Amino acid sequence: MNKSLKLLPWFFVALFGIEIVAVMMPKKDGEFHVRDFGRLPVLLNGRIQPLDSIARNALLQIRSTGDVPLEEVPSWKFWHHPKKLKSSEWLLELMARPEAADTRPIFLIHHAELLGELKLEDKGVAKSALRYYTFEQLKPVLKTISEQSQKAGEIKAEDQTTFQKQVSKLANAVMLYQRLKVTLQPEGVDDFRQELEDFLKALPAAQMAAKASEGDKQFNREAIERIAQPLQDFEMMSKFAYPLVVPPLAPQAGRDQWQNAGNSLLESARTGQIHPAVNSFAAMMAAYRQEKPDEFNRALDGYKTWLEPSFGKEILKGRAEFYYNDIKAFLHATIIYIFAFILAGAAVLSLNVTPSLSESLRRSAFYLVILAGVVHTFGLVFRMVLEGRPPVTNLYSSAIFIGWGTMVLGLIIERIYRVGIGSLVASFAGFLTLLIAYNLALGGDTMEMLRAVLDTNFWLATHVVVITLGYASTFFAGLLAILYIFLGVFTPNLSHKLSPVPDVQTKSNKKSAAPARPLPQVDLGKALSKMVYGVICFATLFSFVGTVLGGIWADQSWGRFWGWDPKENGALLIVLWNALILHARWGGLVRDRGIMNLAVFGNIVTSFSWFGVNMLNIGLHSYGFMDAAFMWLMVFVGSQVGIILLGLLPLNVWRSFRPPKTSPSAAPGAKSRSPQPAIS
Amino acid sequence: MVFDRLINFFTSLRLTVVCLALGILLVFLGTLAQVDLGLYKAQNEYFRSFLVFWGPKTASWKIPILPGGYLVGGVLLINLVASHIMRFKLSRSKVGIWLIHSGLILLLLGQLGTDMLSRESSLHLREGEAKNYSEADRQAELAVMDITDPDTDKVVAIPQGLLMRKNEIRQAELPFTVRVKKFFANSIVEDRPAGATDPAPASEGLGPRAVVKELPRVTEMDRRDVPSAVVEIQAPDRSLGTWLVSEYIEKPQQFTYNNRTYKLQMRPRRYYSPFTIKLLEFTHDVYAGTDIPKNFSSRVQLQRPDTSENREVKIYMNNPLRYAGETYYQASFDRDDHGTILQVVHNPSWLTPYFSCIVVGAGLVVQFMTHLLGFSFKRKTA
Repeated sequence: MNKSLKLLPWFFVALFGIEIVAVMMPKKDGEFHVRDFGRLPVLLNGRIQPLDSIARNALLQIRSTGDVPLEEVPSWKFWHHPKKLKSSEWLLELMARPEAADTRPIFLIHHAELLGELKLEDKGVAKSALRYYTFEQLKPVLKTISEQSQKAGEIKAEDQTTFQKQVSKLANAVMLYQRLKVTLQPEGVDDFRQELEDFLKALPAAQMAAKASEGDKQFNREAIERIAQPLQDFEMMSKFAYPLVVPPLAPQAGRDQWQNAGNSLLESARTGQIHPAVNSFAAMMAAYRQEKPDEFNRALDGYKTWLEPSFGKEILKGRAEFYYNDIKAFLHATIIYIFAFILAGAAVLSLNVTPSLSESLRRSAFYLVILAGVVHTFGLVFRMVLEGRPPVTNLYSSAIFIGWGTMVLGLIIERIYRVGIGSLVASFAGFLTLLIAYNLALGGDTMEMLRAVLDTNFWLATHVVVITLGYASTFFAGLLAILYIFLGVFTPNLSHKLSPVPDVQTKSNKKSAAPARPLPQVDLGKALSKMVYGVICFATLFSFVGTVLGGIWADQSWGRFWGWDPKENGALLIVLWNALILHARWGGLVRDRGIMNLAVFGNIVTSFSWFGVNMLNIGLHSYGFMDAAFMWLMVFVGSQVGIILLGLLPLNVWRSFRPPKTSPSAAPGAKSRSPQPAIS
Repeated sequence: MVFDRLINFFTSLRLTVVCLALGILLVFLGTLAQVDLGLYKAQNEYFRSFLVFWGPKTASWKIPILPGGYLVGGVLLINLVASHIMRFKLSRSKVGIWLIHSGLILLLLGQLGTDMLSRESSLHLREGEAKNYSEADRQAELAVMDITDPDTDKVVAIPQGLLMRKNEIRQAELPFTVRVKKFFANSIVEDRPAGATDPAPASEGLGPRAVVKELPRVTEMDRRDVPSAVVEIQAPDRSLGTWLVSEYIEKPQQFTYNNRTYKLQMRPRRYYSPFTIKLLEFTHDVYAGTDIPKNFSSRVQLQRPDTSENREVKIYMNNPLRYAGETYYQASFDRDDHGTILQVVHNPSWLTPYFSCIVVGAGLVVQFMTHLLGFSFKRKTA
């Protein structure tokens, strides 16, 4: 092989490897230690998480992105990284300088009818056909939004129109935004630290006056009035402040007794003591507002020092999750998968034309899938450790795990067959599932706590993992089958003879090109068919065992092994479908092509049990949040049906099985093709 | 000849594939049907049936369109057993297949057993309360109680199945017969408006003051029918009048006959056990700062006089109490968090899926591993 072709795979590995290392290296903080601020632990949704996660999940819900871009860059200029406000920075700004945050275009509204109702069509910033609005722009229509969403709230979720769902979503985003604003201080305060000091000074006199007023004596009305405004603010914060930011003073009594800042301040009004956390946060707010980085960093460090002795575990959790958010492992894995997919595709297509280039591309793709797989695994394991749970706990993590499973299967297949097919399918599935996961994450926190019945690591680790592997392997077989149909119909490659011994891999590749014994040559089509058969066998094993384990779990938790509920039925469908394929093959009812078509249909069955059953209770006639997903499901089903129709074309129009003379692009390697249809 | 053909038919792989395909169609349609029919009804129409019927909503006729769960499962079972008897020889290479199929047979038979023999009921307890019976989820009974003796009541319970047939019910323990004149599987009982002219549903008890309306049966899994009936108490010499009984009317209605006092009450059917369960404490944990439930648990006292067993048990999510053939699961709770609802399941074949899972799983592994090893062995030698 040409030397440059030999080096190409290593070049790709180095390129992406360096990027990954750069991402994983610790990064420096700016003038204000915003990253450090983002690491601070708080409690929300029943779990300790860093402020950064609060910010990121809120932004995902409001803007559908994790950061706020500061400049508009056309999306085709992908090399140009726009300046961004990172999630933690945005949250800090929202809390400390709300007037600046209010001018950031972050509210994503794309429903035309809703925009019309709110008379916002000609306002906002448009980017890639999506419109973003600032809070300032929404202010005049806040009342309409809340009225409309209230009206929508009176209708059952199943029966809401898209408009009603969208207006509720917008109202939730606005609510979330306003609640986050008052997490650490009331809006419109210039120096909260000073205000707290003044409040403490005024408190004793006010308390005395209040006592006196009870006994009909003369009392100092002014002293009471002096603390009336702050008390009102605290009251408001106690009602609306979103995350619980104040740790318990006596952690030994209950580590999870966190409070929001408002409640803590209302307590201060009784005790005359302000919680150290509240004091530190007030100081940080004031310093950030007055642009005094040193003071900000000092207050931040002071708070961390205070937390250290009793909340070491929480600090560690905050740091770890911040790191997890920051490196965006799944995003980077997705990018590498895309490149690997392109390379693997090129390798498979050039198999007959330029074998040595094809081999180089194939190796590049294989190495990149391994690299992406490592990053994917790192993210997956990191997540498991953060949650203290097995890999799959919700729909989001099931997508990530299905992608992981197909990646591993693809690598195994690639290791055995070395024609680029394993890498092609692995990278495609990896990319697709991570994309689905990203969209599922737009709903908010993906590490939410598990409801009582799910709170069992034993069943999550057995039933859920096994059944998800069942999904993954069924999808994998389906993707291989799609590849078979495409390669067969559009290229001559299915009849490409595979070298019986993987010569390019062994050291003595020159020698093995002339094997000692005559061996039956296998063509790619036959090999693919064997792969699909083997993978379906595994899919049957996983989906059967997974389904029955699910039944046993159900028997353990509510005494019913089988209740015919949609999720159970979905799993059963996969088992039955795989069993059908196997029996149809054993009975000789179908051959290679038939198995492929059945396996493609398996994709439809699997997507129905993975997603379709979740949409059932929404009703087929309703539209809204889920119908975007429903539409995609239908698009997917349609595409699979299309592929099956393609697979049903008579074999003599398949390029791979056409007699060679009719093949217009007879490449030099074409002589190895079999003159007869190899498959019927 | 015919016999051979029959054998061929029932042992063919083609039949297996057809049954599997029909099974897939059935499960799919049965799942979709739940949107309209609700889980309970769809389950009965599609899976616990021999044929699935369909007809336009307005029409009174229905035609069978699909074999039901019993038919598909039954034919598959025959196919499986017949193939093994006629075609498969027990050999080393077929061990996997034998394991898989015998595990499947066990699973299917076990589920048939569950279908026939299992009984579900629920036990609602307030803190401090003790009961020695549970109540059926979807079955009612008419209790006729002789309360003359201050120490013990004599109870005759007439199950819903008997009431539905609208027969005369004669019991040796009762000096009269109960004649069921009307029965409503689901109904609502309301106050009779003052100037109503239509005849009252019954002559005695609450009857003259009430109106009963029949309702369509509920299809949701989490709601139950409220059955009502009009019964006539017929003494040998004369009729004592008619009564409206309903689960809506919680207080028993009373009457006397031959100096004995009786009470009539329609109530959820009761299953008695030789032990009592007393709720000591119910706890409902949530995650900090949220109302996401973390755990529900019921601390109960189990008392059994005949064996003088007396112990405390904690029942919580994923951790039921299995005792004397019954299993008690934490199912629900009262709004105020001081009462619990336990699901009580009596299912003699509950263990079959456990065995079947192990057997089939092992079979699949053996089968595919021999296949895979053989395959990669061939590649290696190649």
